[in-house]
Amino acid sequence: MSQGGRDLRLEGVTKRFGDFVAVDDLTLSVPQGSFFALLGPSGCGKTTTLRIIAGLEDPTQGQVFIGEEDITGLRPYKRPVNTVFQSYALFPHLSIAENVAFGLRRRGIKDFKSRTRDMLGLVQLEPYADRRPAQLSGGQQQRVALARALVNEPGVLLLDEPLGALDLKLRRQMQIELKRIQTEIDVTFVHVTHDQEEAMTMADTIAVMNNGVIEQMGHPEELYENPETTFVANFLGQSNLIVTEVLSSSPERVSVDCHGQQLEIDSARSHTDSGRGWLGVRPEKITATARGAEGRNGANLLSGGRVSDVSFVGVSTQYLVAMPWGQELMVFEQNTGQRAQLRNGDEVDLAWAPEHAFLLDARQDAHAGVMTPEDLE
Amino acid sequence: MTHPASVQSTGETPPGTGTTTPQRARRGWLLLVPGMLWLALFFLFPTVQLFFTSLYDPAGSYISGYQMTWEFRNYLDAVVDTWNLFARSFAYAGIATALCLILGYPLAYAIAFKAGRWKNVMLVLVIAPFFTSFLLRTLSWAAILSDQGPVTQFLQTIAILPDDGRLLATPVAVIAGLTYNFLPFMTLPLYASLDKVDYRLIEAAGDLYSSPVTGFRNVTFPLSLPGVVSGTLLTFIPASGDYINAELLGTPKQYMIGNRIQAAFITEKDYPLAASLSIILMAIVLVMVIFYVRRAGTEKLV
Repeated sequence: MSQGGRDLRLEGVTKRFGDFVAVDDLTLSVPQGSFFALLGPSGCGKTTTLRIIAGLEDPTQGQVFIGEEDITGLRPYKRPVNTVFQSYALFPHLSIAENVAFGLRRRGIKDFKSRTRDMLGLVQLEPYADRRPAQLSGGQQQRVALARALVNEPGVLLLDEPLGALDLKLRRQMQIELKRIQTEIDVTFVHVTHDQEEAMTMADTIAVMNNGVIEQMGHPEELYENPETTFVANFLGQSNLIVTEVLSSSPERVSVDCHGQQLEIDSARSHTDSGRGWLGVRPEKITATARGAEGRNGANLLSGGRVSDVSFVGVSTQYLVAMPWGQELMVFEQNTGQRAQLRNGDEVDLAWAPEHAFLLDARQDAHAGVMTPEDLE
Repeated sequence: MTHPASVQSTGETPPGTGTTTPQRARRGWLLLVPGMLWLALFFLFPTVQLFFTSLYDPAGSYISGYQMTWEFRNYLDAVVDTWNLFARSFAYAGIATALCLILGYPLAYAIAFKAGRWKNVMLVLVIAPFFTSFLLRTLSWAAILSDQGPVTQFLQTIAILPDDGRLLATPVAVIAGLTYNFLPFMTLPLYASLDKVDYRLIEAAGDLYSSPVTGFRNVTFPLSLPGVVSGTLLTFIPASGDYINAELLGTPKQYMIGNRIQAAFITEKDYPLAASLSIILMAIVLVMVIFYVRRAGTEKLV
């Protein structure tokens, strides 16, 4: 299974349902053995992309390759690809062992019994081999679904929101478990999820999808620290986006005017170099201090804020700071106990390092990708 | 993970429920009373009555009255005289049930998975024949299959039937009639069963190297077994007791046990014979059904 050059490639894949374009000219490459996450809100085309790879949906245009082999026209049962379905889709009339052995038996593999047993061992379900899916808990069913797919040693394993039905605590456990198994068996995982934390915890590479296209693709840290669009900035974590005017730009720094105060941004993180731009800074990157208490020391300093809301959440305190131009900025402070807590109405200055901010084109919607309660269900 | 102490405390009966639970249970039984009365009056009583009738002295008549003589010989006489009718009934009913399954399964499958927005229209079409009387529909089959009718003419033209061959008054006509009349009883339970099959399971079978045919054999069909069992029962049981199709589409040579019972009750007024035939039919069907349901093993299905 670990022969080289079995990368998964999509080239110009488009899927239309009537007038609706679910996936729009998508091209991407997933290196063999990597953990790849397709992240996006519901309806962004991530599940459709997955189903195209599985062969459950035919692309309107474009091709799917595994290594050099074009699998676009292959029926699902002829593809070296297996899927962990969103609701697990375990066969209710078969025992756990029969569920796991299903694929092996269809391929006529002789030692299906021992391979099934080994796989049930890997997911720690050996004692449940003779039970039926309905007799297992959600987390156990999830592991059966995983075992049923993995036992076939697929070139690519597709996971469609596999942890969506589990409660938060179990989900965290399974995330670590999934990552462990993936590292152990060295199979390419393509994981579809709308949960950004899940994607960041597990994936080597995340592709953030929106409206059928990939907004940005990269290592989780890179996406988080240096988002290229407002959608990514808002969808992955939270961002303060402040409207600014570009003053000047050099190869190292871009200077912007923010409501009369001058701020600096690393050029590498600046995705626009003239006109208006959104200055973005993550809430945990900002330090709020009493007005005038600290010098600039090369940091960006925004003064004139007033604490308008304090919520203590244990590990951190989350502040809302009202700025003179009417915007409220979020500031998260780690609860280290080193600094006194601010109180409602305190006058504060906000400071952050220039390399912690990013600059985005102001023509984009500042609210793109903001999670609404419906998205979080 | 679990806290034995808290489990124990919640395991105790919450205050107040101790008095209301038996009351609630009693109220539940009360709801069954009308149905029970109905069944006792119109099913249980007639069945017992029928059983006693089957043991009357056959020397009596409905004019002179019957003596209760516990004539178990009635059963022996009935079987000796009519075993071929029983055999024919179960053969016809069996063939009709098999044909219903072959015709009804694809239909139910199409309605469940392929009909899309036409689903309700198709379901109404399956039920539509019930808007017309059973008798009328069977009579029109007599017209369709008649010697001068289009079907016979066509089959003669393409030489499947000889020129003097007929359809009406043959076993073919009776079985065709049974198949037609009981098709909805097969299709509807099959549809109900197939409609419950999660389509993602069929996709999962495909994902796990099943061609459409093996996927159907290993996933779709086993999951639809409850529908197959109830459909075949709902077809086979009434079909084996049917006499209308044999009466209207057949001749005495195609008569089924239902025709004999009907004749004994209505024409000959030989009540003991009619009653013992009815009891035998019921008993055989019951034994067959028990055996069949055991074999099909539907209780294992979720």
